[in-house]
Amino acid sequence: MTFSDAVISALDALRLHKLRSSLTILGIIIGVAAVIAMVAVGSGGREQVVAQFRSLGTNLLVVMPGSITKSGIGLGSGSASSLTDEDAAAAVREVTLLQVAAPFVRENAQLIAAGVNWSSLVYGVDLGLFEARDWDVESGRLFAPDEIARGAQVALIGQSVARALYGGLDPVGQELRVRNVPFRVIGVMARKGQSAWGHDQDDVVLLPLNTARQRVIGRNAANSRSVDSIYLKVREGESLAAAESDVKMLLRQRHRLQPMQDDDFTVRNLADIAATQEESVGTLALLLAIVAGVSLAVGGIGIMNIMLVSVTERTREIGLRLAIGARPRDILKQFLFEAIALSLIGGAIGILTGILAACAIASLAQWPLLIEPEWIVLAVLFSGFVGVFFGWFPALRASRLDPIEALRYA
Amino acid sequence: MSLIETEQLTRVYRLGDEAVHALREVTLSVAAGEFTAIMGPSGSGKSTFMNVIGCLDRPTSGSYRLGGEEVSAMSRDALAAVRNRKIGFVFQQFNLLERLDALGNVELATIYAGEDRRRRRDKAAAALTRVGLAERLHHQPTQLSGGQQQRVAIARALVNAPRLLLADEPTGALDSRTSLELMALFQKLNDEGTTVVVVTHEPEVARFTSRLVRFRDGRVQSDRPQRPDDAAAELLASQVEIMPDFAETAA
Ligand SMILES: Nc1ncnc2c1ncn2[C@@H]1O[C@H](COP(=O)(O)OP(=O)(O)O)[C@@H](O)[C@H]1O
Ligand SMILES: [Mg+2]
Repeated sequence: MTFSDAVISALDALRLHKLRSSLTILGIIIGVAAVIAMVAVGSGGREQVVAQFRSLGTNLLVVMPGSITKSGIGLGSGSASSLTDEDAAAAVREVTLLQVAAPFVRENAQLIAAGVNWSSLVYGVDLGLFEARDWDVESGRLFAPDEIARGAQVALIGQSVARALYGGLDPVGQELRVRNVPFRVIGVMARKGQSAWGHDQDDVVLLPLNTARQRVIGRNAANSRSVDSIYLKVREGESLAAAESDVKMLLRQRHRLQPMQDDDFTVRNLADIAATQEESVGTLALLLAIVAGVSLAVGGIGIMNIMLVSVTERTREIGLRLAIGARPRDILKQFLFEAIALSLIGGAIGILTGILAACAIASLAQWPLLIEPEWIVLAVLFSGFVGVFFGWFPALRASRLDPIEALRYA
Repeated sequence: MSLIETEQLTRVYRLGDEAVHALREVTLSVAAGEFTAIMGPSGSGKSTFMNVIGCLDRPTSGSYRLGGEEVSAMSRDALAAVRNRKIGFVFQQFNLLERLDALGNVELATIYAGEDRRRRRDKAAAALTRVGLAERLHHQPTQLSGGQQQRVAIARALVNAPRLLLADEPTGALDSRTSLELMALFQKLNDEGTTVVVVTHEPEVARFTSRLVRFRDGRVQSDRPQRPDDAAAELLASQVEIMPDFAETAA
């Protein structure tokens, strides 16, 4: 019995019981589909997260006011902001591991240009931001140092704002009113895309820090120099942890904190955040592997069950085949091929279903879709293996039948 | 030369403490080219004997040589090869696979002979033609009469050109007229050179053969040559009656 004989005979036998075969492979289909879909979506999501942290810069520290260990009782985290642009200046000056500091303020504000209304996140920044975040204009120019210093009424806008307010027009040189304060647009920033938390990083307006603080983001803060956060970029090749502890020491000193007092600020390290994210994706992958294993095992047991039924039903056929010259191994091959065909068909349908499901989820979640050819190969191999593993026992049983007894079977 | 040679062939079934002696030291030879009938009461060991000489079963003791070769010591695979090439077996229940047509059923036996697909089809079609079913190649078993189904089974037994054709009550499920037509077919195959052994309990069926062996209690009770009946010769002479297929298609 050649390979192709065995394949043809297996498909013939399965065609005879279409409904039964379909129900049997349902387990395999669901198992493989779930795995493919979840792996594709999971990896797409992970790719996204990792890419975003990388784009943000893994050598970046973020300093925020308030302590995360103190759950905001009394002091209310971030209230009466404890951070100032002087802290930022001191940090670059005194912590040699730092390359640049970028203090900023941030608030949502109403925009108007040429009669169009729009609401965006408005940042007050200094020149450090562009270096810290590796961000440049796509057209126009960045702020000049004296514009920052004297609080000029100039603005840089993100691409989403440019599109919303000016349509196809070149925004550079146009007027933009931010909370009714007139600004002149001097540049459009390069595209950043979505952030790790899903918001549009191009829906922003950047103003000189002092201008923003004095004229737009009318904070009733006691300290006119306070900022919302500071980005600190650590020099290439230097230790983030070392920079972090130096910064903490400096800020505690500047804020005159007693040894028993908690920090009134928080330093976060994007590399750590990225690592925890990747770790949780790793846990998810393990969970997926368990789900995959269980569903494929259940599918496999279904195949074993149906193959045992099939062997019993076809006892006479087996006897006849033995009587006309089939060797035990021919019978083994025949039933093993049926089991493998079942699981491979299930696997193939499962892969297709999984890809479709992944596409649907990815488009709903607006995640990139990542389907590696290796997974397909792996899924095919694995479902083949399930067929061999669970088909072996029924096939062996068939091949060991005695021809006479099999022929006499009613 | 003897094609089948058994010596002291014994087959004992063990049912718990009880031993059933189905065959008791049967010594029998069948020469190549003979047409033999085996008769005997139910339970006398006919089927057991056929199964052993058909290599479907092994004797408990004694020896069986097929074409001079000792069979009882062969491996399962070697026995499968003997069943495939040297012996054709026909059963009372035709044992056709419902999902295959006549050609497919006959072809089944050639699959295990390792022939390529084209040759297999040709051989299967030739075997069906030989039993008078040239016009029924693509009929499913359910679309064929009992006699036609048994012819398909005979074609399947013949397709690998075995020297020996064994039939255990091949007419047991057929009406008497169809039985006689089938015996005429066996006689024709025997005339063409195949050694045929047929088990039957119908005297008129046994009358077609040239030798009659009677079994009783697992032993050979009698063994004598006979002259095939004229009725058989008459049936043979009229092609139309032997091959009802042709009659139908001609009409
Ligand atoms: N598988 C078996 N197990 C036990 N006894 C059997 C088996 N097959 C046949 N026999 C017994 O062996 C004897 C011969 O049976 P068998 O060869 O079938 O007789 P026949 O074909 O002449 O009717 C009977 O007594 C029968 O009951
Ligand atoms: Mg019998």
